[in-house]
Amino acid sequence: MKIVVCVKQVPDTETKVVIGSDGKSIDSADVKYVMNPYDEYAVEEALKLKEAAGDGEVIVLSLGGEEVQPAMRTAMAMGVDSGVLLKVENAALADGLSIAKALAEEIKTMEPDLVLAGKIAIDGYGHQVASMLGELLDMPVLPTAKSLEMADGKATIKREIEGGTETVTANTPCIITAEKGLNEPRYPALKGIMQAKRKPLEIKDVALNDEGVEVLEMSLPPKKPDGRIVGEGPEAAAELIKLLRDEAQVI
Amino acid sequence: MSQILVFAEQRDGQLKSYALEAISEGRRLADKAGAQLSVCLIGSGIADLSTAVAGYGADTVYLADDGGLTPYSPATYAKLLADALTATSATVVLLSSSSMGRELSALLAAKSDASLLSDVVETNWDGDHLVVKRPVYAGKAFLRVAAKRAPVVVTLRPNVFNAAEQSGSGTVEHMAVSVDQSVIVTDTSLISSSRPELTEASIIVSGGRGMGGSENYKIIEELADTLGAAVGASRASVDAGWRSHADQVGQTGKTVSPNLYIACGISGAIQHLAGMNSSKCIVAINSDPEAPIFKVADYGIVADLFDVVPALNDAAKELLA
Repeated sequence: MKIVVCVKQVPDTETKVVIGSDGKSIDSADVKYVMNPYDEYAVEEALKLKEAAGDGEVIVLSLGGEEVQPAMRTAMAMGVDSGVLLKVENAALADGLSIAKALAEEIKTMEPDLVLAGKIAIDGYGHQVASMLGELLDMPVLPTAKSLEMADGKATIKREIEGGTETVTANTPCIITAEKGLNEPRYPALKGIMQAKRKPLEIKDVALNDEGVEVLEMSLPPKKPDGRIVGEGPEAAAELIKLLRDEAQVI
Repeated sequence: MSQILVFAEQRDGQLKSYALEAISEGRRLADKAGAQLSVCLIGSGIADLSTAVAGYGADTVYLADDGGLTPYSPATYAKLLADALTATSATVVLLSSSSMGRELSALLAAKSDASLLSDVVETNWDGDHLVVKRPVYAGKAFLRVAAKRAPVVVTLRPNVFNAAEQSGSGTVEHMAVSVDQSVIVTDTSLISSSRPELTEASIIVSGGRGMGGSENYKIIEELADTLGAAVGASRASVDAGWRSHADQVGQTGKTVSPNLYIACGISGAIQHLAGMNSSKCIVAINSDPEAPIFKVADYGIVADLFDVVPALNDAAKELLA
């Protein structure tokens, strides 16, 4: 079984956003970069499937500058066999469709049995690249999997929808995106970290055909005026409820 | 004449509130550009929804009504939307940032070689170009982005745009349906809950680490039920196993923008604030006056939530009775 896992390196969730000198993207100074949290579930699931099958190959695929290699090495330290980095400049401002096209070109040559990715990247919040891959590769897409079962050439997932859950099935090869709860990602062991340094990581230059959208400006959320402390005990409750009705008019 | 196309999501014959928001925003954009508004409705036994959709300003309703369209089939729905896009030559397609809308928008964009701008909170024209505002880093920052090429696919964040009824009677175009079986929804189980869904709720009562255990959420649920609110949770309480991930608000959970967000026992970690700081009114209840949540709150009570939340419930019951 050959599994491709798409991984993105992103700023850690604790990051405080500071706008960079271009006015369009974040200032990366002092930012701690990590593997996108949802991609960790995708990597873990790929490794579990390989282990259950008894053999196979898991490849990590990333797109970005050379600086994204640590996230790929983390995946390798968890157990991924090899990696391919599609090297582009300024991926942060690129159009999701152009990224999906570049990834699809590469995945086509790999002929995987399964493609896994996180359900969303917590930086751009674009929610699109993995699903676009399905259309571009003519593979079914099963997004936001909370559980996955593979049997008889079919993949079946459960996912959350508004107000409930859905069970969804497709033939493999297919694309599955991982939601929190799919598994508990393993921590890389020291041995894995040492081995990861020697695993093959191929870097390929690619150009994005990127003309669909243009980022004009990044801004921070408007600063709110200081709030009001209504009281310091339960006796303030009645006053608060009145304020919510009469002043804020939200109840 | 140029065209705007909106996908109006329904489940079980009920139009979603965010579908009406999308139609209204489509109407507003169409009026500004002197364009026509088409709305695509997909499902089975939903012909009567055409009237409702027209009542929000649709000039034309593209109706795909067929027994094979229940349960929801992503590949089939995406194909129908692509057909509607071809038929209308729309330059802008609007959907909602719901689980269905997110999935369909990406499939449609790739099918139609269109860019996708997701979770948009503001739309405007700049000449012929659509310019949108959308959150990144779960709302820690916003981008203004221009669509340079038509068509462009846009998903709108629920609860941000106003739905406005209009007088109007759209003409109905019936669409030919062929069901694609490549992805099959074999089961849909909706939890019968009297509470609204988190991303659609106009009020959310949320509990964090200060709750101390799953059993203590009872007081949160009681207040939520009095207010007709949804129940949310912080990452700390989800990681502790007190609430399901479906309830999590924050950068690795849901991004919400209700009219009122009541944060109980939530300190206000930056990743939580990212998911809720676009709420119109924020209330913080925390015993620690230094908690960062007070920095974003409009109103605060510095006290033990186990005293305050039941008192709020009593006061709300009295006032709303």
